[in-house]
Amino acid sequence: MTIDLDPTPSDAPIDGHDGTVVTAPTPGGAAVSLRDVSVTFGKHRVVRDVTLDLAPKRVTALVGPSGCGKTTILRTINRLHDDTGGRVSGRVTVGDLDVYARDTRPELVRSRVGMVFQRPNPFPTMSIFDNAVAGLRLNGVRNKKVLREAAEAALHHAALWDLVKDRLSAPALKLSGGQQQRLCIARALAVEPEVLLMDEPCSALDPIATAKIEELITHLASEVTIGLVTHNMFQATRVSHVTAVFLLGEDRATGELVEVGPTAQIFDRPADARTLAYVSGQVG
Amino acid sequence: MTALAPGPGAPTDAIGVRRAFVRERARRSLVRRRLASRAALVVCAGALAASLAPLVGLVAYTVGRGWPVLDGAFLTHEPTPPGVPGGGIANAIVGSVVIVALGAAMAVPVGVAAAMFLLERRGRIATTLRFCADVLTGVPSIAIGIVAYDLLIAPGGLLSLGHYSGLSGSVALAVLMLPIVVRASEAAMAAVPAELREAGLALGVRRSRVMRSVVLRGALAGLVTGNLLAVARAVGETAPLLFTAIGSQLFSLDPTQPMAAMPLVIYNDGTQPFPAAQQIAWGTALVLLALVLVLSVTARAAAARLNRRAR
Repeated sequence: MTIDLDPTPSDAPIDGHDGTVVTAPTPGGAAVSLRDVSVTFGKHRVVRDVTLDLAPKRVTALVGPSGCGKTTILRTINRLHDDTGGRVSGRVTVGDLDVYARDTRPELVRSRVGMVFQRPNPFPTMSIFDNAVAGLRLNGVRNKKVLREAAEAALHHAALWDLVKDRLSAPALKLSGGQQQRLCIARALAVEPEVLLMDEPCSALDPIATAKIEELITHLASEVTIGLVTHNMFQATRVSHVTAVFLLGEDRATGELVEVGPTAQIFDRPADARTLAYVSGQVG
Repeated sequence: MTALAPGPGAPTDAIGVRRAFVRERARRSLVRRRLASRAALVVCAGALAASLAPLVGLVAYTVGRGWPVLDGAFLTHEPTPPGVPGGGIANAIVGSVVIVALGAAMAVPVGVAAAMFLLERRGRIATTLRFCADVLTGVPSIAIGIVAYDLLIAPGGLLSLGHYSGLSGSVALAVLMLPIVVRASEAAMAAVPAELREAGLALGVRRSRVMRSVVLRGALAGLVTGNLLAVARAVGETAPLLFTAIGSQLFSLDPTQPMAAMPLVIYNDGTQPFPAAQQIAWGTALVLLALVLVLSVTARAAAARLNRRAR
């Protein structure tokens, strides 16, 4: 992976940022596509009938109030509900991989779809270096040279290399919260995913650390497809190309996707009245 | 607005009167509560002393009785025939170590694996198993002993060797340790945050590998502590060994034969009318007490060390 830290999100015309209306990405062109996806825990349907595409090498923000299923939807993409008892219906594809096909191994999906969690969660028993290459090592890569190169590339990518290159064997928990989160991003990038899911990656961080992560997201978008759950609408406007708005449905229990479109359009002139109420701070 | 009564003198208006009344009441209440608090503190300190007294007394008494016999020869020599002075408990120390080590070798792998199952498969089976483990914790050790005797030693028993043996003692102690190992291991692994498991899974790592490298590794400190405490518990158990290892005057490393063990020495020699035998029982009790203490302290120290390394 070469390192190209272009400060702008992308050289290509950015969907919506300049006010141009873009057509919805075609299913074939999407990096991730969800069709009529619902998730049920026990008897409670948490979120229903979500049809959403993550366009390749773009940042798609999932915004909405608490409890409307943003995170739940994000976690369907790498099958993290397998172990928590959530039942997923509908169709999810990553590239040409049918995520929930009977013969699809969840490990295979997850090696193509990286994830960064709400709270920084580096492995506390491992050093900075070991964390960066944890995904490779735990998948059986032993070659020291390969690991060393992967760690350096991933840490460069996460804008952490210069900070940690002299103390790679220090415990990961010695880093600050923001640095830990960047280490987690490096850990996810080291396995070279096509898609990076970020579940409110800044919610446990201070404003300066948040700014760094946002800058990083913007850089990374030139290479990977990013799905970003955020509570912070300003964050969505700062870093995302496309925004998907989730709200609770009429039963006040089940979340649904209300509107999706270029970020500028969602915040300036949303098509849906509920979106307008939400983005203008009247609900949620 | 009317001027309030100046200075600390008697209040003149209604609000001032009421305020003075309330403050006087509060002052008296405070005095009363201070007294009650002192009294409660004294009672609690007394209860604490009453709880600690038996422990301190037991340790002090055992040290007092056992210390005079304790020397190098006592620890390294074998017992002398009855009536011959001197002799040591080397065979019982080695026997206890062998029996408990074999028992732990059986209980720990099974217990840790069972704990993993409880953790990974939350459901009715897991709940039932957990309940069983809890019940097993409460089974009297003498019941475990007689069952072990019937199955492993009595002629016609299911897996009978036909004679007493150290190994059958290990089996009995393994049964005794198992529920402690299971619950302690489960608690240790449950303390590993779910986010770390998910972090591992999200990297595309197989569940089994996440379990090994993230959950087990993260729980190592707790696992070591829990298992050492189970061993400390087992090393002092007497009842299961009475039925199984039976004891021996000879030095032996062969677990298929009857073996000496420290609790058995204490039981056998301590109930004899001869002062020499009682001396040996006291010395053995002191050694056993020290061993349990060392195990407990080691468990805590190991946990602290492993935790520090994890930070």
